[in-house]
Amino acid sequence: MPVCWHKMCAMQPSLDPNLLRRLLRAKDRMDVASHEEWPVERLARVSRVSPAHFARSFKDAFGVPPHRYLLTRRIERAKALLRDTDQPITDIAFQTGWKSLGTFGRIFRDITGESPGELRLREKVAPHDFDRVPACFLIAAHRPDLKTAVLEKRRREARAENEPNKKEVP
Amino acid sequence: MTQGVGVMGVYVRDQDEALKFYVEKLGFRVHTDSKNGDYRWLTVQHPDQPSFQLGLYKPGPPVLDARTAQTLGEIVAKGAMPPLVLVVDDCRVAFDRMRKAGVEFTQEPVTRYGSTDASFRDPSGNGWKMIEARKS
Repeated sequence: MPVCWHKMCAMQPSLDPNLLRRLLRAKDRMDVASHEEWPVERLARVSRVSPAHFARSFKDAFGVPPHRYLLTRRIERAKALLRDTDQPITDIAFQTGWKSLGTFGRIFRDITGESPGELRLREKVAPHDFDRVPACFLIAAHRPDLKTAVLEKRRREARAENEPNKKEVP
Repeated sequence: MTQGVGVMGVYVRDQDEALKFYVEKLGFRVHTDSKNGDYRWLTVQHPDQPSFQLGLYKPGPPVLDARTAQTLGEIVAKGAMPPLVLVVDDCRVAFDRMRKAGVEFTQEPVTRYGSTDASFRDPSGNGWKMIEARKS
């Protein structure tokens, strides 16, 4: 496997396309059933690799660890349900795979920056015309971008609060 | 129709494998299969759509260098190429037939927004949405 040894080079080592194709299968399975539990062992079986190898390769391939990817998919589904249905938030939380309302609310806020209730209210107020876009692509377009860890995001916010705005105003 | 898009293509990891998939499992027909040295121009066609060809291309020399070909192979295998849409008369019937033929479905048929859709991938990783034509 060719690897870039230059320390400053951010290039990812290239991965075997056949392995990537099998990793994609695990990603597809999470996509279609994000409400289910997806421990690494289960995903590794789908991709026919060892659990340790799976976790590392998945992150190399898709940029985020498998568990984090699963969380973004759950939040995305929850957002769609908040927008498109009148189901109670508790029902939506359990339906999208969360075991407690507290965890759901916390991760939701960490990822989207607002609470489920706030998002629902905002979406109800702002009219949109999505009728002509296939639902699947619409969901993908609204997928939260989770490149930074949730904790890192919190730390950044804390730093921003501690430091007054240094930007010069002309 | 004499003007319009005639050929669009997907990158595949193996042209023989892709040909088998699109012809035997999806019911397409071979339109052109011509070889020139290492290069093989291969297109297939939906039987109901004579004005359009789907190209099945393997990235590689002489058109592309080995590293570019490797990168494209990775992108396809990661499912990162643009989505394709196949329109069918009856999504559930097509799903049953294709699944029996061994097509890898990533989503079973779901009825929503007044239509039924399912998703599948070709062996290389190209993702297809199969949508039932709206009855007007």
